[in-house]
Amino acid sequence: MKIAVLSGKGGTGKTTVAASLASVIENCQYVDCDVEEPNGAVFIKPDLKRRYDVEVLVPQVNEQNCDGCGKCAETCQFNAIAVVKGKVLIFPEICHHCGACVLACPNSAIEEKKRTIGIIETDEQEKFIQGKLNIGEPISIPIITDIKNRLNSDVPTIIDCSPGASCVVVNSIEGCDYCILVTEPTPFGLHDLKIAVQLVEKMGIPYGVVINKADQKDESIHSFCKQKDIKILMEIPFSKETAQMYSKGILPVESDKRWAKKFKELFDSVKEGVSGETDSIY
Amino acid sequence: MKQIAFISGKGGTGKSTLVSSLSILVKDKMLADCDVEAANLHILLQGNLLEKNDYYGAKQAVINNSICMECGLCRKACRFDAISPDYQVMELKCEGCGACEVVCPVQAIHLEKVKTGETFVSQTERGIFSHALLDIGAEGSGRLVTEVRKNIAAYKKDEKWLLIDGSPGIGCVVIASITGTDAVVVVTEPTKTGLSDLERILKVAQHFKIPAFVCINKHDLNKDVTSQIEDYCDKNGCPVIGKIPFDPSIVEALREFKTPVEAGNEKITDEIINMWGRLVEYITKI
Repeated sequence: MKIAVLSGKGGTGKTTVAASLASVIENCQYVDCDVEEPNGAVFIKPDLKRRYDVEVLVPQVNEQNCDGCGKCAETCQFNAIAVVKGKVLIFPEICHHCGACVLACPNSAIEEKKRTIGIIETDEQEKFIQGKLNIGEPISIPIITDIKNRLNSDVPTIIDCSPGASCVVVNSIEGCDYCILVTEPTPFGLHDLKIAVQLVEKMGIPYGVVINKADQKDESIHSFCKQKDIKILMEIPFSKETAQMYSKGILPVESDKRWAKKFKELFDSVKEGVSGETDSIY
Repeated sequence: MKQIAFISGKGGTGKSTLVSSLSILVKDKMLADCDVEAANLHILLQGNLLEKNDYYGAKQAVINNSICMECGLCRKACRFDAISPDYQVMELKCEGCGACEVVCPVQAIHLEKVKTGETFVSQTERGIFSHALLDIGAEGSGRLVTEVRKNIAAYKKDEKWLLIDGSPGIGCVVIASITGTDAVVVVTEPTKTGLSDLERILKVAQHFKIPAFVCINKHDLNKDVTSQIEDYCDKNGCPVIGKIPFDPSIVEALREFKTPVEAGNEKITDEIINMWGRLVEYITKI
C-alpha cells in the first residue's frame, strides 16, 4: 500500500505527519520525494549507507557527422539546443532528456552521454529512501522517477512529497493508493488545500485531510471539508511545545505515547479509506 | 529599480507574511508573487485587476486516431510513458517534447499549445502587483514565474523597489524567481530542518552569484539552532539582517487576513522596519 503525504504548500507539517506515521507502522518504507529540500532523515535518523548517482542522458554532438542543419534545435521544445553559424550549442541544465534531438538528426550526429543531476541515499535495506537534487539544477523529475522505481510493494510505503501541485507532485503521487493532505487553519492553508484537493481528485486517488496547528477559533477547514464531504482524519493542536520539539528534530510520537496511538489510528483510517475505494470499484 | 526576492528553501517559514508586511512599510515599490504553485499574496492584497491572461506555457502531443496506424513507434520513442496502449496521450505525463511527432511515419501526431495557468496584474493600494496561478498538475512552472516578472516589468515607472515573494525549494521555480535579482533575503526558522534547507538555498544563491541576506523567523524557538544559523551565515558571508520572535498572535491576525503591521503588533513591526533598514544599507553598498 502506497500512502502519499502532500500539502499544496510547504511548512504545514507534511514531514511531521509522514515521519510520525512511518515511525508507528511496523515494517514500512519511508520515501522522501521532496528532493529539493528533503527533511525526513532529520526525524527518522536512518543510517544512510548507500548512495547512487541519478544520471540523465543529454545530447552530445559528433562534429564529424554534423552538417549544422539545425534540425535538432528546431525539434527541441525546451530551447536546450541552439545552432549558431553551423555549430551546435547544448545547454544541459535545461535539457528534458527526451531524446527528440537524437531522433530528429538526419545524420545520426547526436549521441547521448550521462550527466549526474542528483543522488539517491538509502539505508542498507532501502527502508528509507531520499533523493537530493544537486544545487543549481532545475529539473528534479528524473530523481523522483528513480525513487519510485525503488518502492517495495510488500510493505506499506509512506511518500513525503514536495510542496505545490505541479508536475513534480503529480509524479510523486502517481500510482499511490491514498493521499493524506496536510493543512493548517489559516486563509493561506485553506487556499492551498483547495489546490491539493483538485489535484488528487483529478488523479482519482482517495484522500483525507489532517489539520495541523489546529485550534478552536478557525472553522474554515472544517466547513470546507464538510461541504465537500472530505474526511478529516486527524487534528494536531497548535502548541509551542510541539514547535520546540520539532525544532530539535523530535516528533510528537516520540515525546508522547498518546500521539503514537493517534498515529496508529490514523493509519487504520487510511487503510479503511483505501479498502473503501476498492469496494466501490468492484 | 532594485529587485529583492524573498525565498526560504522551504515553505511555511513566514515569507509571505514578511513580504506582505513590507508591502505596507516600504514606499515606492512594486510587488510580485512568484510562488505560482501556491500563490498566497493575492489573498491579502485585494486590488483592481488591470490585466488577466491565459498562459500557454507548455505543449502537448495530440494524436489523430483516424490517421494513426498503431505502429507503436511513438510509444517506443516516448521516454515519459505518456502514450497509452490504445494510443491516447496521457496529459499529466506528456512533457510536450515532440519525440513522438518526429518518429510518426504517417504524421498522425502534432504538438499543441496548452494552457498551464493564468496571469494577473492588479493595481493595489500598495502598488502594482503581478501574480499567476498555475493550473493543477501543470508543467512549466518556472516559465510561468518568468512571465510574472515580465508582466510587472511592463508597468514599471520609476519605482525604487520590486519585492518578489519567491517560491519554495531550490529547483526551476526558485531559479526563475531569483535570476537577475539584486539580492535575495532567505527567511528561515531555527529548526534542524530549517538549517539544512538554509544551507542548500544559500548555495543556490552563491551558485548564481546573488548577494544573500538572512532573516530568522521565530528565532527564540530554539536558541541553539539560532546561534548555529548565525555562525553558518557569518562563515559564509551572508549577513543576518533580522530576527523575529515567535508570536502566536501573528497567526491569529492572519486568520483575519491581517499582517502583524495591520494588527498593530508594534514589536514585530519595529523588527521588520529594522530589518528593511539593514537591507537597504547593505544594498546601497553593493
